[in-house]
Amino acid sequence: MNKELTREERTDALGGMGCKRKRVEDARFTQGKGNYVDDIKLPGMLQGDFVRSPYAHARIKSIDSSAAMALDGVIAVLTAEDLAPLGLHWMPTLAGDKQMVLADGKVLFQGQEVAFVVAKDRYIAADAVELVEVDYEELPVLTDPFAAMESDVVLREDLLGEGGSLPDGAHGPRKHPNHIFTWEVGEKDATEQVLDEADVVAEETVYYHRTHPCPLETCGCVASMDKVNGKLTLHGTFQAPHAIRTVVSLISGIEEHNIRVISPDIGGGFGNKVGAYPGYVCSVVASIVTGVPVKWVEDRMENLMTTAFARDYHMTGKISATKEGKITGLHCHVTADHGGFDACADPTKFPAGFMNICTGSYDIPTAYLAVDGVYTNKAPGGVSYRCSFRVTEAAYFIERMVEVLAIELNMDAAELRRINFIKKEQFPYQSALGWEYDSGDYHTAWDKALKAVDYDGLRAEQAQRVEDFKAGKTRKLMGVGLTHFTEIVGAGPVKNCDILGLGMFDSCEIRIHPTGSAIARLGTISQGQGHATTFAQILATEIGLPADSITIEEGDTDTAPYGLGTYGSRSTPVAGAATAMAGRKIRAKAQMIAAYLLEVHDDDVEFDVDRFVVKGAPEKFKTMKEIAFAAYNQAIPGIEPGLEAVSYYDPPNMTYPFGAYVCVMDIDVDTGVTDIRRFYALDDCGTRINPMIIEGQVHGGLTEALAVALGQEIAYDDMGNVKTGTLMDFFLPTAWEVPNYETDHTVTPSPHHPIGAKGVGESPHVGGVPCFSNAVNDAFRAFGLRHTNMPHDHWRIWKTANDLGLHG
Amino acid sequence: MIPAAFEYYRPKDMAGVLSVLEEHGDDARVVAGGHSLIPMMKLRMAEVPHLIDLQDVAGLTGISIDAGRVRIGAMTTQHEIINHAGLSDVAPIMREASLQIADPQVRYMGTVGGNVANGDPGNDMPGLMQCLDATFILVGPDGERSVAARDFYEAAYMTDRADDEVLTAVEFAASKGGYAYEKQKRKIGDYATAAAAVLITKDGGTCASASIAMTNLSDTPVYSVDAGAALVGTSLDEASMKAAVDAMLGDIDPTEDNRGPIEFKRHAASVILRRAIENAWDRA
Repeated sequence: MNKELTREERTDALGGMGCKRKRVEDARFTQGKGNYVDDIKLPGMLQGDFVRSPYAHARIKSIDSSAAMALDGVIAVLTAEDLAPLGLHWMPTLAGDKQMVLADGKVLFQGQEVAFVVAKDRYIAADAVELVEVDYEELPVLTDPFAAMESDVVLREDLLGEGGSLPDGAHGPRKHPNHIFTWEVGEKDATEQVLDEADVVAEETVYYHRTHPCPLETCGCVASMDKVNGKLTLHGTFQAPHAIRTVVSLISGIEEHNIRVISPDIGGGFGNKVGAYPGYVCSVVASIVTGVPVKWVEDRMENLMTTAFARDYHMTGKISATKEGKITGLHCHVTADHGGFDACADPTKFPAGFMNICTGSYDIPTAYLAVDGVYTNKAPGGVSYRCSFRVTEAAYFIERMVEVLAIELNMDAAELRRINFIKKEQFPYQSALGWEYDSGDYHTAWDKALKAVDYDGLRAEQAQRVEDFKAGKTRKLMGVGLTHFTEIVGAGPVKNCDILGLGMFDSCEIRIHPTGSAIARLGTISQGQGHATTFAQILATEIGLPADSITIEEGDTDTAPYGLGTYGSRSTPVAGAATAMAGRKIRAKAQMIAAYLLEVHDDDVEFDVDRFVVKGAPEKFKTMKEIAFAAYNQAIPGIEPGLEAVSYYDPPNMTYPFGAYVCVMDIDVDTGVTDIRRFYALDDCGTRINPMIIEGQVHGGLTEALAVALGQEIAYDDMGNVKTGTLMDFFLPTAWEVPNYETDHTVTPSPHHPIGAKGVGESPHVGGVPCFSNAVNDAFRAFGLRHTNMPHDHWRIWKTANDLGLHG
Repeated sequence: MIPAAFEYYRPKDMAGVLSVLEEHGDDARVVAGGHSLIPMMKLRMAEVPHLIDLQDVAGLTGISIDAGRVRIGAMTTQHEIINHAGLSDVAPIMREASLQIADPQVRYMGTVGGNVANGDPGNDMPGLMQCLDATFILVGPDGERSVAARDFYEAAYMTDRADDEVLTAVEFAASKGGYAYEKQKRKIGDYATAAAAVLITKDGGTCASASIAMTNLSDTPVYSVDAGAALVGTSLDEASMKAAVDAMLGDIDPTEDNRGPIEFKRHAASVILRRAIENAWDRA
């Protein structure tokens, strides 16, 4: 390097925070060189497959596996009886309940795991599954949580006490044998009083239907027990590999140092891969029994029918306001359908996740939330599908309630939001339901969004459209969907966030190599988020080495520091903070080394992009590369060799990303077909690490929001049969169905995060769902519609129009 | 999604195909593009111990147009139909309908023969063939025979084809006048909520002929003689349009599924048919 670079050129050369660095992962993904769990083939590996229940509720009278065992190539058929001596026929769930690994006398949902076949290859295993004869006695099926709370049919006899009594559950008293918990937040009496005395109260029941994260790669694992050295290696699609290691250790009794959990490349998670599934336990047991590796990978139907649904919240709301539209109170009751076992993935103290963020972006002085969890004959789950814990439910609820209130007040919904937003000067803001919002500037974002779409022009066009429709000139209505959402992500502070007692901190460990490159390992695991790209950018800025010289490694519990994994937009808020803090430890030591090399006092040097310079004499400097070499190879008095750091970061608070979205939709009243003409998304995720990756996250999150709002559901018939078990009926949008998205941003850094970042992966989903739904609802507002439930597929929209008398 | 074991055959000529069919009867099935049969086998809803792949059999592909008569070999893909210039001239409805079948990847493999022979009421080609008044050519142990598309379909997956026969080609006359294939579907790759194939010829301002067939609204495609007849001799005024739609509604028999209840499907069918008629009329 002959020519001295400018400070700006040196900054650009690092590829640090704020640049659109291309994703380093994509070379392998776009060339088909990724290494997913189903790509793993170990010598002698066997294949597992499940016998699953065709019934939603049945007693198992007998299981005859003799014909299956007689098939050439079948090694074993495991049932609950085989697992019981090991105490592994049931397993703990993340929600404090327990779940059958294999059916223990009865089944509680269609697709439930009944027996596990282990065979020499995948085909033999599938043939053997057909040969296992199970004698079922059908029982009455409960698919409706309200009916379940009234029914004499007890789904979970195992939870009854002496003489049929009802012992407390993991979250307190239970009201009925099919009741799981009641969770209350806020002030009930005060809220009811506010509602009683209010000028205006709007009430609505909003059902957020059951859906599924449906990652492109399904769940699976390869368990490999080495009987010689006693070590278990478990490769799998785990969003939280360390938590899986600890859980496996606790339930199997294998010491944790003898368990190595590896999450290889993961093809999307969206919450589906947070929990522990029977397939993992059965694979581990089968490997222990056989002494060879055992692979289990779900097919698509198994994934949709059995592993981790999302949502299924029946939300009843009351929102009160003054005549002028100032919101005074909010009351929310949720009946939560949890399926046959309570396997929700939530922090332990939050059985309904962060549903208490349901006051949204608004300054609501008094509020009350109660959630009743209920057992039904549906698959267990309740994961956070591309959102922090139950935050999409909360955002959908409040954004629908505000729209309904606007109708009640005969006000413009944008203006109603504006007069109720928490003001910039109110942050940090203490919400009525217990959160401290760290930062925000909602009015600026809102005004920017409305201006960008020419909001007044849209309303004028819409009014004309209504006139034209009434005059018979058109059969298409126009909806303007508005949403201002506030997320709560980055779980979370160990003082109130744990899962199964595991604190939700995260970690980063950095080793600088002598030649000035580095490896950093984290407790998180990318499922497509691009961590190898963005965490290197954080470090490049923090430690002054090029991002291209920094390897990011995750997902191997033998090498990575302990962390709670990736979900709930927690990687950047928690592990990203740990990365910055570990980088600062590196920098602190580098400063001492630089000072020694420059023969000045520590305080006389300062960090400058990629080097330490002598204050006031920038021509005297040592680059980080030079410092790295000296750290290893030069004897420096009082400083031990090497340049490494580790940080475990326990965040002081959550982060609160927010955004302002507008959707413009045309609706064919006669067919129910929707056409999204425009979608504008303004996101504020604080400091922006990589604008290109943010844009990609926004596109992906909006697309999953479109899916959920317009058709994606897990539907059951009255017998508990899943009606949407394949991608023919379960809606995954393709490029054809996806509109053009316009993205925008404001930047309100988090005051407590080391680099001010808040997380963005889930915001577009949280904000997108109500925005699409509000557009559909808004299209019919002029014809008297208050609310219609998702999913807004063709026939339901047609039904709405039909019920309003729009078909003549 | 793991099929049961099966024997795989890949004969070079039709005699080889027929001998396997003769030997194994309804335990044997031919596969063309495989987009219906293979998923059914993977779901174990179809058990096919003997699977005969037609792709090496000579003489089953290609589109020929001769003296106003079109012949399309059974193994011709939808992709080939879309990109065949001559076919677009003599039967533009073939291209319009093919573009609404699934997605490009499926259309590279999906064939005319598979689409019409499987008898799946969701497939688009059967209704289209009835609209075109096509003839299907079948080859069996006793040689070749032909059957009208309008007589071919008996029930879902049940057709006039015998177990030992193979559908080798479809034939139809070049269509004149206006055409339209309208399809409502939930998403790419989906079967129709309702679809309508319409051919109309005009004599001055009067409808001279009309052919109407509907897809996925019954357990077979629905060729509605009365719907077409209701238009003939009219200027497509509101009364005749309504009569055509009413006639069609009398012929369909949709069932409830995830696309919606019967009431909705009947409404969608009438809207889609109206649009198809209007579109075909404008083009006539």
